[in-house]
Amino acid sequence: MRRLTVPFGKNMLGSLKAGEEVLLNGTIYTARDQAHKRMAEAVKAGRGLPIDLKGACIYYCGPTHTPYGRVIGSCGPTTSSRMDAFTPLLLLSGLRAVIGKGARSQEVRDALRKHKGVYFLTYAGCGALLSGCVKKRSVAVYGDLGPEAVFRMEVEDFPLIVAIDTMGNSVYK
Amino acid sequence: MRKINVSQISGAVAGLVKQASFFLRADVLSALRRAFLEERNSRAKKILKAVLDNAACARKEKLAICQDTGFPIVFIDLGQDVFLKGSLEKAVNKGIEEGYKRNSLRNSIVAHPLDRKGSGFSPCLIHTHIVKGDKVKITFLPKGFGCENKSRLQMFKPTASLAEIKDFIVGAVKDAGPDACPPYVVGVGIGGTADYSAVLAKKALLRRVSSKKSKLENDLLNAINKTGIGPMGLGGRCTALAVHVEIYPTHIAGLPVSVNISCHALRSASIVL
Repeated sequence: MRRLTVPFGKNMLGSLKAGEEVLLNGTIYTARDQAHKRMAEAVKAGRGLPIDLKGACIYYCGPTHTPYGRVIGSCGPTTSSRMDAFTPLLLLSGLRAVIGKGARSQEVRDALRKHKGVYFLTYAGCGALLSGCVKKRSVAVYGDLGPEAVFRMEVEDFPLIVAIDTMGNSVYK
Repeated sequence: MRKINVSQISGAVAGLVKQASFFLRADVLSALRRAFLEERNSRAKKILKAVLDNAACARKEKLAICQDTGFPIVFIDLGQDVFLKGSLEKAVNKGIEEGYKRNSLRNSIVAHPLDRKGSGFSPCLIHTHIVKGDKVKITFLPKGFGCENKSRLQMFKPTASLAEIKDFIVGAVKDAGPDACPPYVVGVGIGGTADYSAVLAKKALLRRVSSKKSKLENDLLNAINKTGIGPMGLGGRCTALAVHVEIYPTHIAGLPVSVNISCHALRSASIVL
C-alpha cells in the first residue's frame, strides 16, 4: 500500500485512482461545520485564513474529549456532504485534500478536478481504532468552538480510500 | 408505595452512559460478526473487520465507540407505585453530565439551535412512560446525528398501499446511502400521530437485532439489502442488519410513517431499579 506525506506537493496526488487505498503521514487539520463557516466568511471578507491551507489536508472530524494519558479520544470522520458548500472555496485557497465519509456534490467533484484535489474516505464509525494513528494533537484555531475547533493532528499511517481522484472519478457507483 | 431517591437515578444514568458508549451492544456485535462472515465482497469484508476491531478497541481501551457520542436520549418506564424523592428531570440530566464528563465523551449539544454558541453535554431528551408496578426501568440511547439527519416522516393517505409505504422506507435508506455509516439498523414507526410515529421509530432501535421479525420486517430488510449500498456505501451484501417496525393505532384520516436510521454503532444500555 502506498504511503503519502502531507502537505502535498503539486503533482503528488495526480497518480491516485478512485478506490485505491493509501496510508497518510504528516500533519492534518480537523474542521467541521462551524469552522468551515468561519473560514469561508474570512475568505469572503478578504481577511485571509487563520491557517495555511497550501497543500493541506482537512479532516472532517470532531473528536471526543481526550481521556487522561492519551493523545486524543475517539476521532472518526463526520458526514462530508455538510461541508459541500464550503469545499470549492477552500480548494481555491490552496487546500488539496479532504477526508470524510459519504457522498459529495457534483460541485465538489468539479472543484476537485479543477484544483487537482482528492477526496478521501476513512473507516466510518471507527473513531476508537483511528485514534491509534494520531501521534500528536493541539488546537490550531477556533478553540472556542469546543469539539468543532480546528485541531492540528499529526498522523501516522492513517488509513484512507481514494473516493474522488484528481480526474473527478468517484468510488461510488 | 416504594420510595426511590432520585440520586440513585443519577448514578444509574451515569453508569448507562459509560456502558453504552464503550461497550457495543452484544446483539449488534453478533449481527456484525455474522455480516462479516457472510460477506463475499473483499472491501466490504475489510470494512466490517475494521468495525469489529473498533468495537474491540473501544472496549479494551475505554474509548468511545464513535466520536459522535450522540444526542442523549433517556427512556423511562416509571412504575406507578414508585414515589420519587426529588426532581427526576434534574437527576437524569445530572447523570448524563457526570457520565459524559467522567468518560471524556463529546459535548455535542448546543444550547440554542440557531445561535449555536457553546456546547455542552445536556439537556438530554426524556421519554417517560407510566407503567404498572414499583420498578423504574431506564434506557439510555445516545443517537449520533450523522444517521439522525437521515430521518424521514411522511403522512400517507389512509388508502395508501403497503407497496407505497415500503417504497418510502427503502427510499429513506437509499437517500441515506453511504453517508450515515451503513450497515444500518432501520427503525420504523407506523401509526399514531406525526410526533408519536417518530418516537416509535426511535424506540424500534432499542429492540434486539436478533428479535423475531414480522413478514413486513423481513421483506423490508431484503429490499434494503438488495440496494447493494453495503458497508461505507462501497458495495456489499449487508446494507442493514435489521429493520424494526413498531405499530400503533391511528386516525381514520391518516397514516403517519417515520423512519429513524441508526448507524452500525447502535448503542444503548438499560437498567431496572
